[in-house]
Amino acid sequence: MRHAADKTRDNMKNIDRRDFLKTGGKLCAGGLIVYTAELLLPRLGRSAKGPAYDWEKHLYGFVVDTTLCIGCGRCVKACKGENGVPEGFYRTWVERYRITEHEEVLVDSPRGALDGFTDIESEAKVVKSFFVPKLCNQCSKPNCVQVCPVGATYQTKEGVVLVDDKHCVGCSYCVQACPYGARYIDHHGRGVADKCTWCYHRIRQGKTTACVQVCPVGARLFGRVDDPEGPVAKLLHSKRLQVLKPETGNEPMVLYIGLDREVR
Amino acid sequence: MHEIITTGFLFPNDLHAHWSVMIVLYPYITGLVAGAFIVSSLYHVFGVKELKPVARFSLVAAFAFLLFACTPLLFHLGHPERALNIMFTPKFTSAMSGFGYIYTFYLMIVLLEIWFVYRPEIIRRARETSGPLKALYWCLALGSLNDNENALALDHKIITVLAAIGIPSACILHGYVGFLFGSLKSNPWWSSPLMPVIFLLSAIVSGISILIVCYWLICRFSSLKLDTECIKTMFKYLWAFFIIDVTMEGLELLTHVYEAHEEWHIVSLMLSQRLGFSFYVLQMGICSLIPLIVLGFVVLKKMQDSTRIKLGLTCAALILIQVLAMRWNVIVGGQLFSKSLRGLTSYTPTVLGREGLVVALVLFVMPFVVMYVFNLILPLFDKEPKAEQQ
Repeated sequence: MRHAADKTRDNMKNIDRRDFLKTGGKLCAGGLIVYTAELLLPRLGRSAKGPAYDWEKHLYGFVVDTTLCIGCGRCVKACKGENGVPEGFYRTWVERYRITEHEEVLVDSPRGALDGFTDIESEAKVVKSFFVPKLCNQCSKPNCVQVCPVGATYQTKEGVVLVDDKHCVGCSYCVQACPYGARYIDHHGRGVADKCTWCYHRIRQGKTTACVQVCPVGARLFGRVDDPEGPVAKLLHSKRLQVLKPETGNEPMVLYIGLDREVR
Repeated sequence: MHEIITTGFLFPNDLHAHWSVMIVLYPYITGLVAGAFIVSSLYHVFGVKELKPVARFSLVAAFAFLLFACTPLLFHLGHPERALNIMFTPKFTSAMSGFGYIYTFYLMIVLLEIWFVYRPEIIRRARETSGPLKALYWCLALGSLNDNENALALDHKIITVLAAIGIPSACILHGYVGFLFGSLKSNPWWSSPLMPVIFLLSAIVSGISILIVCYWLICRFSSLKLDTECIKTMFKYLWAFFIIDVTMEGLELLTHVYEAHEEWHIVSLMLSQRLGFSFYVLQMGICSLIPLIVLGFVVLKKMQDSTRIKLGLTCAALILIQVLAMRWNVIVGGQLFSKSLRGLTSYTPTVLGREGLVVALVLFVMPFVVMYVFNLILPLFDKEPKAEQQ
């Protein structure tokens, strides 16, 4: 009697399981269709407009020729306008170095050189002076990406370091980790980390960055490093270049011509 | 809003200290957890019987501080509503991403240990009380009123295991907080392999100190009798850990001074011009040297117990200030010089506001409120030592 009851229960179980599997299978299949459609539809749409941008086929670099910079600050202004950089923070800035006859080093960057520089009376004679534009170095081994606890800061295939402002928690760890002071968080504004993106929205369309666009002397150069015929790659192969703070091991993709030993 | 005072050349984004007094408070509270837990483990695992009177209290103190360890972070985050991203989408290359897990794990260990330690007490009360109180204790006992010898023996075993797991967890939790700072190569004042060690040791001494101060205050203002042997044992451990702590802090400073890397120029300027008082006078001076010497006398020399307790208590209070100063000097100090290595900025916490001193004070007081409420439900101390089960 008990044996029969067990058998019935087993049968019941089997039926339940079969039903369960059937329903589950249907649900999975449905889910898969929706998922595939979501994956494919946007791609189809894009291909209709023309060839899709392939980020694996672009590797970018940036060259700053400090010997050409005149410190006009147009780059800073253009960047502010293009990217809506809040007051008091900078995605790019220009530093002025003046070295006096007593080997004193005077450095300034009033408001990031947003309005350029004004002459300053100095008692000692200035024997050397130059300007150094700064921006995010888009490091190959970026500290900021390493330390972001939620993966909101990431590196694109083109080597650009970006911030997902919908995901960033605003902990400031990346700001602390950047050796170049390239990052900021506007705590009274959006409350997320921000920095130079090499005008990612522009370069995806084949344009150059805003700062490069407006530089009147060609002190800034942006382009592909994986295209041997491109101007950046040509400079890369012909000039002696330096990076800022090489000891960090971050391998910046912003390369400098004529960097003085006083520059950090 | 205080005006920022700058000298020299700063990178234009380096004007603000992003990590405020909230981030000073966070490792301070976390440190108290680690220290308090170590005291309870000295009794539960290492069999330091003299610490029995504070064994339960230290455990509850660890729990209360732990509950509020994360709250300063929430007040600091630009988007606190996304805080759980750290657990849902952790990026494991980040030292910070493990925090949610380590914290949760440790909280569970402490909570479980408290439950097992208090189980006999909860059961007794569930039996002796009536009405809503009975229901409360029955719920707290999770419906299990089994306190026969076997059950209690098993509880005891579990407590030992939990405490044993808890010790490395406490060490990891706080060593890890030190690693958060010590692993940032961008900052010469933080980047040091000694940082986790210093954070851990200062955590332990601050935890023991807060227990000493609380225990004394509670005895002073309640009918509880101060156990002299217990507090003397705490002085002993405090002295031992503090010797190593101060040595490590001294060694780190010495290494900086002796190696005199390029960055030391600006760091030493920052220390003398911005942190002269809190670093040289408080952290390395008064609050290190006095406890170091006086605790030696307290532990080694023959004297009246009342004098011993007063001296030891003063040292504990000084050490609490020392550790707070150390947190301030590390976290704020690391942000007072620009990465240009050419300029200094300043930071003065606001009084009001989300990251102001009032909020910081409230957050710091909250664990004590938790302890008070806990004491209303279950006693922090045992007034009849003989009835003590565990």
